[in-house]
Amino acid sequence: MTPQAPDVQRTGFLGFSPRRLRGGIGWPDLALFAILLAAGVGVASGVHDAIEPLSRLRVEAVTLDWRNLPQYALLTTLRLFAALAASFVFTVLAATAAAKSRRAELVIIPALDILQSVPVLGFMTFTVTAFMGLFPGSRVGVECAAIFAIFTSQAWNMAFSLYQSLRQVPADLNEVASGFGLSPLRRLLRVELPFSTPGLVWNAMMSMSGGWFFVVASEAISVGHTQIMLPGIGSWLALAIERQDLTAVMQTVAAMAIVILAYDQLVFRPIIAWADRFRVEQTASAHPPLSWVYDLFRRARLLPSLTAPLRVGAALIFVAEAAPRPIKQRRRFAPRKDAPSPGLRLWTVLVIAAAIAASLYAVRFLGQTLTPGDAVRALGYGLLTLLRVVVLIAVASLIWVPIGVWIGLRPRWAARIQPIAQFLAAFPANVLFPIAVVVIVRFHLDADVWLSPLMVLGTQWYILFNVIAGASAIPNDLIEANRMFGVRGWQWWRRLILPGIFPYYVTGALTASGGSWNASIVAEAVSWGSTHLRATGLGSYIADATAAGDNARVLLGIMVMSVFVIAINRLLFRPLYRISERRLRLS
Amino acid sequence: MTIARPKPVVTIERLSHSYGGVEGGTLILDNVELNVNEGEVVGLLGRSGSGKSTLLRSIAGLVSPTAGELTFAPDDAGDPRSVAMVFQSFALMPWLTVQQNVELGLEAQRVPADERRRRALAAIDLIGLDGFENAFPKELSGGMRQRVGLARALVVEPSLLLMDEPFSALDVLTAETLRTDLLDLWDEDKLGISSILIVTHNIEEAVLMCDRILVLSSNPGRIATEFRVDLPQPRDRLDPVFRDLVEQIYARMTQRPVPSPASATPSIEHSIDRPLPDVSVNTLAGLIEEVEAAPFSGRAPLSALADTLQLEIDDLFPIVESLQLLQFIDVVDGDAVLTKRGHAFAQEDTDQRKANFRRTLETHVRLARHIRTVLDERPTHQAPARRFRDELEDHMSPDFADVTLKAVTEWGRYAELFAYDDDDDRFSLDDPA
Repeated sequence: MTPQAPDVQRTGFLGFSPRRLRGGIGWPDLALFAILLAAGVGVASGVHDAIEPLSRLRVEAVTLDWRNLPQYALLTTLRLFAALAASFVFTVLAATAAAKSRRAELVIIPALDILQSVPVLGFMTFTVTAFMGLFPGSRVGVECAAIFAIFTSQAWNMAFSLYQSLRQVPADLNEVASGFGLSPLRRLLRVELPFSTPGLVWNAMMSMSGGWFFVVASEAISVGHTQIMLPGIGSWLALAIERQDLTAVMQTVAAMAIVILAYDQLVFRPIIAWADRFRVEQTASAHPPLSWVYDLFRRARLLPSLTAPLRVGAALIFVAEAAPRPIKQRRRFAPRKDAPSPGLRLWTVLVIAAAIAASLYAVRFLGQTLTPGDAVRALGYGLLTLLRVVVLIAVASLIWVPIGVWIGLRPRWAARIQPIAQFLAAFPANVLFPIAVVVIVRFHLDADVWLSPLMVLGTQWYILFNVIAGASAIPNDLIEANRMFGVRGWQWWRRLILPGIFPYYVTGALTASGGSWNASIVAEAVSWGSTHLRATGLGSYIADATAAGDNARVLLGIMVMSVFVIAINRLLFRPLYRISERRLRLS
Repeated sequence: MTIARPKPVVTIERLSHSYGGVEGGTLILDNVELNVNEGEVVGLLGRSGSGKSTLLRSIAGLVSPTAGELTFAPDDAGDPRSVAMVFQSFALMPWLTVQQNVELGLEAQRVPADERRRRALAAIDLIGLDGFENAFPKELSGGMRQRVGLARALVVEPSLLLMDEPFSALDVLTAETLRTDLLDLWDEDKLGISSILIVTHNIEEAVLMCDRILVLSSNPGRIATEFRVDLPQPRDRLDPVFRDLVEQIYARMTQRPVPSPASATPSIEHSIDRPLPDVSVNTLAGLIEEVEAAPFSGRAPLSALADTLQLEIDDLFPIVESLQLLQFIDVVDGDAVLTKRGHAFAQEDTDQRKANFRRTLETHVRLARHIRTVLDERPTHQAPARRFRDELEDHMSPDFADVTLKAVTEWGRYAELFAYDDDDDRFSLDDPA
């Protein structure tokens, strides 16, 4: 090998290149600086607010003054991002533990599976008390409780995504890592996390939308008989509903739209554009995701110096690490026993025993106040809500499948409409609930029927954009062949379109149905000032029990709902997935 | 490069490996003995299923075999030996630039940043990648990507370079360029490594590159023969000696296993305990027609067939073996010779072919006959495929059982010996009229 490479461009300390500075500081630097400065000031003021004593909150109550709205929006956004950060930390810890250790996996994966389909909203009462106890007299406790509530709506799907990605790291990349003797930490940072990034980013975006749903519930918290209102969009909305102020509700809708657009453009688009490099497909994407902010970052000359601390940090992490040993020079191989070690077996027994004990404890706890009749009633409510979910998913499909197919077969329209559908999916539908109440009261409609559409208001978009994606993936030659043979009408749907979009539709319907179950808790019991509308169902059962502080019924309701959601996934969607895998894959 | 007494770099003794436990598992490698000496390029030539990749990975420390011993001999300075591997799929991290990919191994060894950089750039330069330091792998062509894979392996200065079918994912021209470049660097002693062990299923590639070629037999993998290649580099594919060696290897690789003395009569029937490759009837018919037609007129050297049809041995051999099994061709000294039945098949129309194929299945493929018998015996004339898959799994791994049953299903459907319904996973005698 040649000893010294000639005339190389040296980037110097940690990639900071003097050459990059030579061109002077351009406008991208100024724009970047402005964005980062604004973000910094925003975070600082939010944190300043959050550490105030609790008593000040009572003095400066939330007011419906539109001049406060920007600040409220900022605070809510910060909470969402704080929860997202917490979710990320949780995700990395839980998912790596589950992927690396068989023992941890035995506990974490079933737990995630259940938590994912459980409406955690019901547990707010417990967590608020706990966090306020941690920080007595300070707002920090309440803030933490609010953030934790949002966290519970964000973390599980992210953890699942990372766990699955970690187990799907391509074998050859793993072999490279083993061959070079990469330490576990380096392997995580160099191979596993990068590989998991695209899935994680997508799930973080979904989580962010999910988090909005909980904002209203988490910012207006009742502890005992006092209600604490954390300044934010959620409490503004709660107040507006209480006062029947439709103008204020519309203002919230506008503010949310702006906030969602802003973080989409400033945070998620750049991250998606950046994450494109982590896709393992070895060809460059035909349409790489674009982001003007990302381009700005890339053009900014000062960026390397701004990210230098990160790289120093990364380098420091590795300092303590031992160098890999050279490959063992003499190896003798003997058959290994594949049987699980007695330790693992003992662990499995322990875990199962603990699960049984916990179930027994829960049943005893429920048995203290509830009778078997309560369980039967809850199941009955569950069937009612199930009926709603099924009917609504069917109605939403009848509406959106034809529209989605129409759009999907027209690439130009698809490119334009896909981001709008995604935006609508990110928009928290519960903000619009008050309007529905006004309409229902005005026209004296039946709440049992007309509250139901609210459940799919936010989740129908998953059907739409999955169908769009499916229709645009139908190969053009198939479409042309069908046109040539004059296939049309129902035959065209049955022989070409429906099989073509089926796998995509199943994904969309699965997401929509899961989301609708969760939404039922807020959608089946809606208030507008002193007007309370209820639709009989499991959602309103849980909502009522929560309002009444009836922990036993909350727990029962949640358990029943989890059973329903898990049963539907196992009995309906998994078989559908299997069919689409076997029969309808277009390859 | 000639060394009076070969000094070993690595020695492997009695290495065996089986998947799925020692008992009841599938034996992949059986008592393999192998050594790689200093200054040697050794080729491991075998078909898929011969365990050649497993053998390579055992040396790399990526796979722990079930039995045997592996020893690296210290070099002249008494230092321990090291290995690095080049992958068929390149195995580059898509999120790292060319340079970062090359630095990966050095980074793991905690080489200081400055030295890392210097060595990486030197390797990039050596392998002809200058100017691409900051490119991401997906911006590169396949050939360039494999150069990165090569630079990444060389930069850690291994004693033994392990190459796992390094050129088989590349197109013919690119593969040729890369091979030549690598051989040039090796001959000029610029690679900084003692030996190369290369796994391949391309016979010409092996003869082109290697000083020694070890041919592995399949199921389980054993070292069947060793060929020494004494031709000087650079080698000429058209050299008669070269061609002759290629022919010899073809002949050796298609030789039928010598029937063990225990079985009195060599079985002419495919018994149920051996896996079948999944080769479609169309492919079989295509090859028969190719051998029948000019210029071969009934007898074709396999190497020539591979050339004209642009088939790797991993594609060609399963077809040839299926045809052998069905008694459509014989293989004599590395030549495919059409049998009478084969000649007939080539002349027949579709219905006659189906009848011919049906007779063949009934006489020579026990599994097909077995399925038909079971269907005939049952009053419903139906049987779940699961049942036959289970029977096969008594003799082979589930994967092989699956492929075998798939092959027989296709053949049986073509011959209209039985029908199969994918939804119910069930065989029947239903005529789908």
